[in-house]
Amino acid sequence: MAGIVSYGSYIPYRRLKRAAIAAVLGVPATRGERAVASFDEDSVSMAVEALRDALKTAPGATVRSLTFGTTTPPYAEKLNAALVGAGARLPAEIRASDSTGSIRAGLSAMLQAAESAAASGGHAAVALADCRLGAPEGKLEQSGGDGAAAFIFGRDNVIAEIEASASLTREYLDSWRAPGERFAHSWEERFALTQAYGPFFRKIIQEVLEKAKVAPGDLAKVVLDAPNQRAAEEMLRELKFDPARVADSLALTVGQTGAAHAALMLTAALPSAKPGDRILVVTVGDGADAMVLKATPAIAAFRPVHSVGRMVESKGDVSYANYLKWREILPTEPPRRPDPDRPAAPPMMRAEKWKFGLIGSKCRACGTAQLPPQRVCVKCRAVDQMDPYSFADRHGRVATYAIDRLAFSLNPPTINAVVDYEGGGRFLCEMTDCEPDKVAIGDEVEMTFRRLFTADGVHNYFWKARPRR
Amino acid sequence: MASKGIKDRVAIVGMGCTKFGEHWDKGAEDLLVEAAYDAYKSAGVDPSDVDAYWLGTMGSGVSGLTLSEPLKIQYKPVTRVENMCATGSESLRQACYAVASGAFDVAMAIGVEKLKDSGFSGLVMSNPPNDGTPACMTPPALFSLLAPAYFKKYGLDPEKGKDVLTRIAWKNHRNGARNPKAQFQKEVPMETIRNSPKIADPLGIMDCSGVSDGAAAAIVVRAEDAHKYCKNPIYIKALSFVAGPAEGPLSPEYDFTTFPEVVASARDAYAQAGVTNPREQISLAEVHDCFTPTELVLYEDLGFSKRGSAWQDVMEGFFDLEGKLPVNPDGGLKSFGHPIGASGLRMMYEMWLQMRGEAGPRQLKNPRLGLTHNLGGQPGRCVSFVSVVGNQVG
Repeated sequence: MAGIVSYGSYIPYRRLKRAAIAAVLGVPATRGERAVASFDEDSVSMAVEALRDALKTAPGATVRSLTFGTTTPPYAEKLNAALVGAGARLPAEIRASDSTGSIRAGLSAMLQAAESAAASGGHAAVALADCRLGAPEGKLEQSGGDGAAAFIFGRDNVIAEIEASASLTREYLDSWRAPGERFAHSWEERFALTQAYGPFFRKIIQEVLEKAKVAPGDLAKVVLDAPNQRAAEEMLRELKFDPARVADSLALTVGQTGAAHAALMLTAALPSAKPGDRILVVTVGDGADAMVLKATPAIAAFRPVHSVGRMVESKGDVSYANYLKWREILPTEPPRRPDPDRPAAPPMMRAEKWKFGLIGSKCRACGTAQLPPQRVCVKCRAVDQMDPYSFADRHGRVATYAIDRLAFSLNPPTINAVVDYEGGGRFLCEMTDCEPDKVAIGDEVEMTFRRLFTADGVHNYFWKARPRR
Repeated sequence: MASKGIKDRVAIVGMGCTKFGEHWDKGAEDLLVEAAYDAYKSAGVDPSDVDAYWLGTMGSGVSGLTLSEPLKIQYKPVTRVENMCATGSESLRQACYAVASGAFDVAMAIGVEKLKDSGFSGLVMSNPPNDGTPACMTPPALFSLLAPAYFKKYGLDPEKGKDVLTRIAWKNHRNGARNPKAQFQKEVPMETIRNSPKIADPLGIMDCSGVSDGAAAAIVVRAEDAHKYCKNPIYIKALSFVAGPAEGPLSPEYDFTTFPEVVASARDAYAQAGVTNPREQISLAEVHDCFTPTELVLYEDLGFSKRGSAWQDVMEGFFDLEGKLPVNPDGGLKSFGHPIGASGLRMMYEMWLQMRGEAGPRQLKNPRLGLTHNLGGQPGRCVSFVSVVGNQVG
């Protein structure tokens, strides 16, 4: 039986306190804070971060397919999964698709990937990410969150196998957004609560537990995810699950991360799972998906690269004003500098491994690592004796830095650093997730995949350095 | 293999320079006409006497037509050259070699830049279509990389370092206050400079060169012909130009406290001119003070100060107008302004005035040997020009 071989997750560094929203808008505050993708992040860049981690803990995986699940794809037309695959350095020989339209897209994609891995014998990757955007003063603005999770499914070295799954699809009007609209509309809350979420939860949970031949009392953990947190809470009360076995909804620390959320909750729950534990995962929305997982003995030795707990703790605040600017909800006076140029298609294709994978080169003649990839060695000037050499997972230190208050940015000032990598190589790049007055020579940094800017509708993805998380 | 040089084989016999600044009422073509006719008049020649032209501009036009069209140059060679912020010096170098070779008897080097029509703050350069990965840093940010690196290497705390940078800007404004063609002709108190709004920490707006429109021109002939045109020409002792391999952004060996390109071009120029001790032998220098940390590092790269000691020389006034080696007596890029294509020739214009005793309130006493230094690019990735000129042969 196929199951989860590896997983990764990603929570952006920035947090917006819900009280900070309420203070500006004069609306009632809810508790806690939500995770906010930085001005240079989106669902693709966050998916790359989560998938990089998942791949690191599945070193032998032969990935044959990738599904990117999100309700906020950066491109309406153009395969977003191709970007995710390029950033995570997946081979070209894969099937790739985007799964979107509903927060159910995440769990649906996981079930399909598991079935595909079971059938093909190779590995199937799923990267789920969302950048939930609610209109100011609306509920979603506070309850939504940004984040990502990724899984590798396969048949061998499984840490959690899928014992049973169930799906349900119904046509009804709950939440909708037409192409070109930024914010979703939704029908009266009571309608979905009473006519959709509740009945769907009941039906799908009963069905999947019967299929798995598992009694509710045998579940070690329950991951219930709904667009509306109240729906999940009501169902948990109704089914009388022991609160100790209910997975953290992350509502107070992250917010509901759309299509990524059930997966993110699962990645938060998995580190404490013991061999033999059974975990129920359910998402409702435009129907429902559910699965019952059983942890295998291999889970005892599995450690994620970044745990959800660690990323929840690794954070810095964003003001509501900056959040509004980052999401371009609040238009600002443009800088008296030219707009950035749209990156050009032929050079991007020529430089695919460099631009998306941060693959530089290493000289066979003298062993010097260098980036961008060179033909003539910077050290010994040997010509065309380079091997590809990846810098994406290398740490570096700041050799010197600049704080640019003149450059175009949604989050001025732009911080640039000269990074010297362990093992050699130097790169002058932007820094992110850091404060201008905290940067110093000698700081340790790691590389992160980001969206630098958008010009003429072309999103320019590349790498930045960030303080180690 | 070093360059052989053309010491004392070419002389400048006339120069022109517009006022630098915000010329809202003049286009590049107006500035070119002004500088060119200023130079014709200075050399006492008619436009028909000039055999060939080298026009330097980074972005105010393309091809020789940018010059031949407004001047109505009659079917003569006009070459447009570009080498980033060292463009003006590059046009001079080409014109000098052209007359030295004997191909032409009289040549004009002219540089222009019209920056204030762009509507943007600071300098704007456009790149060829690319993959979107090159760092999009502004010039002040690129040059600000020098500051923390230099401070750390030589143990200056940031406050002390800021004092040093401030004094460089203060000195250049003080000199510019004595220059009727400078963009900024006012002395500026150190406190104003120190507290100016930050552009690229620790650089404030007052650490940056003036964004400016302007043009400057020189007429060159072979040295043996110089006295046909003027009584007191200045002689080219050395012209050196290097483009670096741009290893700074690639190699951890580069430490952002030097411009290796400047070191190389200075070494070459001193060899051509026979200068062995620049700190003692050079009477005055015009250097590329695009931002205050640049000037600080240049003192060391040009051999005016020992490594790590330029900041002390700055604080002791060594480079002041009254100092042992006045640097940027005309106000430099900081105060005279920096119309890119014109700047290298503007530096030479100060040599022309000072060597001939025509520098007015900022006139130095008996200058013999002068140096101009012009740079384009960024720390670790740049082109550098160094010239040495004198008012006597030998």
